[in-house]
Amino acid sequence: MIVSRKKLNWLERLYLPAILSGLRVTLRHFFRRKVTMQYPEERWVVPTGYRGAPYLVKDQAGRTKCVSCQLCEFVCPPRAIRIDPPGPDINESAGNVEKEPQDFRIDMLRCIFCGYCQEVCPEEAIFLQEDYSLIGRTREEMVYGKDKLLELGGVHQDGILKWARKQREAEEQGVH
Amino acid sequence: MEALWQSLTLPPAFWYGLLKIGLAIGILMPLIALAVLAERRISAAIQDRIGPNRVGPWGLLQPLADGLKFLLKEDFTPGHVRKAYFWLAPAAAMVPPFLTVAVIPFGSTMGSQNMVIADLNVGILYTFGIVSLSVYGIVLAGYASNSKYPFLGGIRASAQMISYEIAMGMSVVPLFLLVGDLNLGKVIEYQAQGGWLLFKQPLAFVIFLVAAFAETNRLPFDMPESESELVSGYHTEYSSIKFALFFLGEYAAMIAVSALMVTLFLGGWTLPFFGLDQPAASVWGGLLHLGIFFGKLGAFMVLFIWVRWMMPRFRYDQLMHLGWQYFLPLALANIIVTALWLWLAAG
Repeated sequence: MIVSRKKLNWLERLYLPAILSGLRVTLRHFFRRKVTMQYPEERWVVPTGYRGAPYLVKDQAGRTKCVSCQLCEFVCPPRAIRIDPPGPDINESAGNVEKEPQDFRIDMLRCIFCGYCQEVCPEEAIFLQEDYSLIGRTREEMVYGKDKLLELGGVHQDGILKWARKQREAEEQGVH
Repeated sequence: MEALWQSLTLPPAFWYGLLKIGLAIGILMPLIALAVLAERRISAAIQDRIGPNRVGPWGLLQPLADGLKFLLKEDFTPGHVRKAYFWLAPAAAMVPPFLTVAVIPFGSTMGSQNMVIADLNVGILYTFGIVSLSVYGIVLAGYASNSKYPFLGGIRASAQMISYEIAMGMSVVPLFLLVGDLNLGKVIEYQAQGGWLLFKQPLAFVIFLVAAFAETNRLPFDMPESESELVSGYHTEYSSIKFALFFLGEYAAMIAVSALMVTLFLGGWTLPFFGLDQPAASVWGGLLHLGIFFGKLGAFMVLFIWVRWMMPRFRYDQLMHLGWQYFLPLALANIIVTALWLWLAAG
């Protein structure tokens, strides 16, 4: 398509009105409210569903939910997760949870925040939470261990409470 | 010994001159720093941002941090440059604006002294001579860098300088027809009595203002360093403190040309009320006149910065077209009309 070029009248060709309107526009912006967020003091509201750092959670009764199935370890694309499963011995302190991991390490430098671990977890034990600025002075410091992950993860309001039911059943059968 | 000391003693005018040079440099350097900060803050505000506000109160120490950064960065000299000229160019860009300031009367009197370093009776000719020198730094940088973008930048700078230098020179001729003197102090005296030349010669002011933008390589006429097509033009190959010198030179040139405009068109250190158009009787009056001068200077600096963030860059042929086909004939016509008017008025 050929667009015919509009002939400018003499006022437009003088260019001065364009300059003045330009000055007006910039002046208006000069006094406008600024959009800059001054980061460390002001922070943005993390939207729901945001995929921040993955942390382990406990249920209301304080039980660690992870059962060392290692699905997250296997699914993790950058292989950021390492799990040390427990041996066959029964851990009395675990609150009736079977196979609470001995250690659970996530290398936050490797993690790509894809959320596959949360997606694959059959126990709803790991969640990508709101943290987006992780800080450490060394690489070792950026590998988060089980205790740190649990502390940062907090409590998941679990509707099922699988381990409470298991405990009830065990007591009914007089096993434990 | 006594005789030797006496023979070494210089007249007080020398020491006063030295003091004034010190004062001028002492004001000009922080003013450049302030201009750089103002540029960043104002550009930020125009773009709905806040700008640097972390270093010191309101970011006032930011230029200091910038300067430190420039000093600490690696001063890299590419292998293909012409070394001697490469080192000379930043200095050549920095010096002329400082020389210009020498003839600007930036205040009335302080005690017994006129607040002008060199009270030349050909002040304006000297200024134009020096201002046109400032292009040498840029051309030299373009030549010395020995690569295509700086070279194009240098060529553009010289062509632009020639085009606008002429229009600039022609535009102020009517002022001196009116004043009848080339001394900048006399120009201010004339304006104190007969009103600012801005109102008597608005056309000359517009031409001079536009030419000043072109001479200082500021947008919309920053052809020599146009980032979008020439990377960063004449200082592409420069880094660290050498780049900083070009940068400072640009701002110093802006200040020098603003000072010149204040003197030529806005009555210098005078204000037409409260008797501020007479040389100061006391030191406080002298300081007040300094304040007025730097207030007007600041207004021009803000205009320079404001326009930079408002207008797109001209195309190169448009720039030449504007300079040669509009401003030069207009300036010439202005001279003739003013001369005719003076001739008729004289009867």
